[in-house]
Amino acid sequence: MSAPIDTAPHDGAPGDSGESRPLLRLRHLSTDIALRRGTVHALDDVNLEVRPGETLGIVGESGSGKTMTALSVMGLLPSGGSVVGGEILFEGRDLRSLPPDEVRRIRGVRMGMVFQDPLTSLNPTMRIGTQVAEPLRVHEGVGKAEARARAIEMLRRVGMPRPDKIVDDYPHQLSGGMRQRVAIAMALICSPRLLIADEPTTALDVTTQRQILELIDDLREEFGMAVILVTHDLGVIAGRADRVAVMYAGRVVETAPTAQLFASPRHRYTEALMESLPESVTQETGARGRLYSIPGLPPDLSRPLNGCRFAPRCRFAAPECHTTEVPLSAGEHRYACLHPVTATTTATTVRAVPVSPPAEEPEAAPEPILSVRGLVKDYGATTGGLLRRASGQVSAVAGVSFEVRPGETFGLVGESGCGKSTVGRLVVGLEKPTDGQIVLDGTDIATLSHRERRRTHRQVQLMFQDSYAAMNPRMRVDAILAEPLEIQQVGDPSARRARITALLDQVGLSRRVLERYPHEFSGGQLQRLGLARALALRPRLIVGDEPVSALDVSIQAQVLNLMRDLQRELGLAYVFISHDLSVVDYMADRIGVMYLGKLVEVGPAHDVVRAARHPYTQALIDAVPSAAPGRAAPRENITIRGELPSALNPPTGCRFRTRCPIAEQICETEPPLAGDLHQVACHFPLRPEPGTTAAPTG
Amino acid sequence: MTTPAETTGNSEGTPAQPDETPVRGLWRQGVEVFCENRLALVGLAMFVVLAAVCFLGPLFYHTDQVHTDLAAVHLSPGTDGHPLGTDGVGYDQLGRLMLGGQTSIIVGLAAGILATVVGTVWGAIAGFAGGWVDAAMMRLVDAMMSIPSLFLFMLLAAIVTPSVSMLIVIIGAFAWLGPARLVRGEALSLRSREYIQAMRSMGGTGGRAVRRHIIPNAIGTVIVNATFQVADAILYVAYLSFLGLGVPPPAANWGGMLSDGLADTFSGHWWLLYPPGIAIILIVLAFNFIGDGLRDAFEVRLRRR
Repeated sequence: MSAPIDTAPHDGAPGDSGESRPLLRLRHLSTDIALRRGTVHALDDVNLEVRPGETLGIVGESGSGKTMTALSVMGLLPSGGSVVGGEILFEGRDLRSLPPDEVRRIRGVRMGMVFQDPLTSLNPTMRIGTQVAEPLRVHEGVGKAEARARAIEMLRRVGMPRPDKIVDDYPHQLSGGMRQRVAIAMALICSPRLLIADEPTTALDVTTQRQILELIDDLREEFGMAVILVTHDLGVIAGRADRVAVMYAGRVVETAPTAQLFASPRHRYTEALMESLPESVTQETGARGRLYSIPGLPPDLSRPLNGCRFAPRCRFAAPECHTTEVPLSAGEHRYACLHPVTATTTATTVRAVPVSPPAEEPEAAPEPILSVRGLVKDYGATTGGLLRRASGQVSAVAGVSFEVRPGETFGLVGESGCGKSTVGRLVVGLEKPTDGQIVLDGTDIATLSHRERRRTHRQVQLMFQDSYAAMNPRMRVDAILAEPLEIQQVGDPSARRARITALLDQVGLSRRVLERYPHEFSGGQLQRLGLARALALRPRLIVGDEPVSALDVSIQAQVLNLMRDLQRELGLAYVFISHDLSVVDYMADRIGVMYLGKLVEVGPAHDVVRAARHPYTQALIDAVPSAAPGRAAPRENITIRGELPSALNPPTGCRFRTRCPIAEQICETEPPLAGDLHQVACHFPLRPEPGTTAAPTG
Repeated sequence: MTTPAETTGNSEGTPAQPDETPVRGLWRQGVEVFCENRLALVGLAMFVVLAAVCFLGPLFYHTDQVHTDLAAVHLSPGTDGHPLGTDGVGYDQLGRLMLGGQTSIIVGLAAGILATVVGTVWGAIAGFAGGWVDAAMMRLVDAMMSIPSLFLFMLLAAIVTPSVSMLIVIIGAFAWLGPARLVRGEALSLRSREYIQAMRSMGGTGGRAVRRHIIPNAIGTVIVNATFQVADAILYVAYLSFLGLGVPPPAANWGGMLSDGLADTFSGHWWLLYPPGIAIILIVLAFNFIGDGLRDAFEVRLRRR
């Protein structure tokens, strides 16, 4: 935005004018981490600068060194880690050569840091106020009463309701978004010049994420400080940062003003990363082709590396890429690539039309494989203590109905705590519904005997978010994949063995993995194994509970592509549960949006995302940060404030009415899920259902 | 589609990394880590030497440990034919140490293993089942734990005639409480793990969960604990024998020898007191060192890269 034009890289000599002098400058920064198995060169020759008042976004996949950069600046490296080379120039002074006391003061007072997980970055045994004021007491020796007053003032500025009451609360009494506000207040209490936010919103829901990002933006202007926003999410960067640095394998590969970077990325890695985003496909064509996925895995940083580090995975790598060290180019838009993207070689322009025909073929709708009717799940909440009095019911799922047809993907979206995972667990039979029917292939599983129900597990399988946690760490892969076959007594050992090798081929893993243990695999490979195990019994329906949420963008694209290929090959149906609207939009044929245990909107994916009828859906869509900076420009959209109400005492009538911007008296009565193909449960739908003429019968 | 990487279909992103490193079993990795722990190796060596001396020693060093020889009582160490001297009834002290060591090691190992096996199964079932089954099973454990074990040992030893197998059963019958509690705690946290849920979603039963998932994942804790159980059992044998409730003569064990030697503390017969005492310390120390090494080995095996 107001970033000064400052092209020539200068030395930060004392004679520089204050305006263009960078606040923080990293020169040839190298950081090593000594591990059992060798030394990992986490950062190698990183050059970055942050100017006063600007937001620098650092983006990269896990292991790219983006967090290590932040930790090196703050001096918070994990054990075994140390800065081994280069300079960290803060306001012109090298933190590495200053006396430790001075450095401690600079880091404590002039810089602030916000961590990813607000749950673990706050001390659970300290009151909020004491915690927020702690830096003041340490660095400025402020008295108790004044510290408290300033903590309250700070909490007010980060938008905490009733700050004078909250100062005396403990962290567990606050929600995730509120805790992150406290963490920000703590970072800002000494009015730092630089705020480092390391994935500040990754653990939060999209609507909360938006609030926090806006808060950081406002505070930046108010305090006139610089912000380093570290994230893996291109969308978060696109809307907020002035300049972006893309990191890969411990190096900065491209830096540019945000708009320029997103409009015309030059480095091949940046380009590939953007093409891996599900929204890159859905946005352009509306239909869904295959995602571009970067093959392979990032390099092992404990080994010596030559040439461009992205070369082994690059589509455009030439022989010299593997051997030549590539420095960053000069100028405002710098990149370290020998064969950068130019107008004529843009890969995006040659994207072909999708191979898969659109799903809306008007053939006679087949019988649904899964039909859920009026599903209800309550959990009895008990007070602690000896007598375990029932203190109420947590209404996790309250009357959910939907159908899934063979070969179809039904997407279930919603914020955490909306009951979407519970629906998944009910469908696979991990829990028993309080009320309602789950009809699988024409039979209600509630009416089955114990033995018959165990057989239904062959039809439906579950895929977990964290496949590592879902695999016994003491079992080898062959035992893990054979387990479902053993449990269901399918075939003899040799037949099982044959089935397992066939499965590995299907998910694209080599047979050598059979003798390995889960901890030896990367996240993407584990997800492939999880899919293989889910497929072992030849199910017709797979329930995926956030199957790609823990993966990096490029790996996520690999797994999504694989899931779609297998769906086409095997005629699988998916229930795809995710909080990420863009992923669901890419994967699903139909989408159901859940809010606090109820489906508020069900309809074809395209319509739900592009012509939402429920205000909650629209708010969700508006909150999703888009990687296209133009789209994130301010416009009239629905923002919701506040947080998800407790499911212990859900609001009567429409459960969204407490946060709905257009709620009226009538919303205290429950709206039915109305409509033909694109159903919505709202008294004031945003738009009428589009002409039902195109609707197929059924 | 259009690019080579896309057309490779399912094989895209085939793992390159794990294939480069040779396949190493968990056991081998564990053994490597165990060997890195010097103290653990020292402990292992101490145990091997002590066991070899006790069990193989008598084959080379023949002594009469049945008939008393009142003509040769309290001979000091170095006397011809008696490197460690003789005790109050004329038994050769070195030979007696070997014989006593056999009893101590056999009873210690057997009782420790018995306690560990019973405790593990009990605890795993209680922890996995939860609810009233857990409550009933663990209250029994609590009840038994509330009685001082030494008192019970004495009571039982007074009722039944102590023999080697009887000692094993008596010690095992009370020592399993510790492992049961430990494994139950472990099972409580393991049963909510996602891999147990995954197995259930495949239609697996509770028995399978305990057998294939809970016990194998608790095995690290169990084995480490087992070494301490063995050390404890050896000490219990010593206590009982010290109190005169051990195996009756002419059988011997270190605790009993220590008890006999105590009577001679002030008569200057130090060779009756120190050797069995040091032997007990050494073997208990050996098992504790081994236990520490095993703990490291099991921890590292599960560490993610």
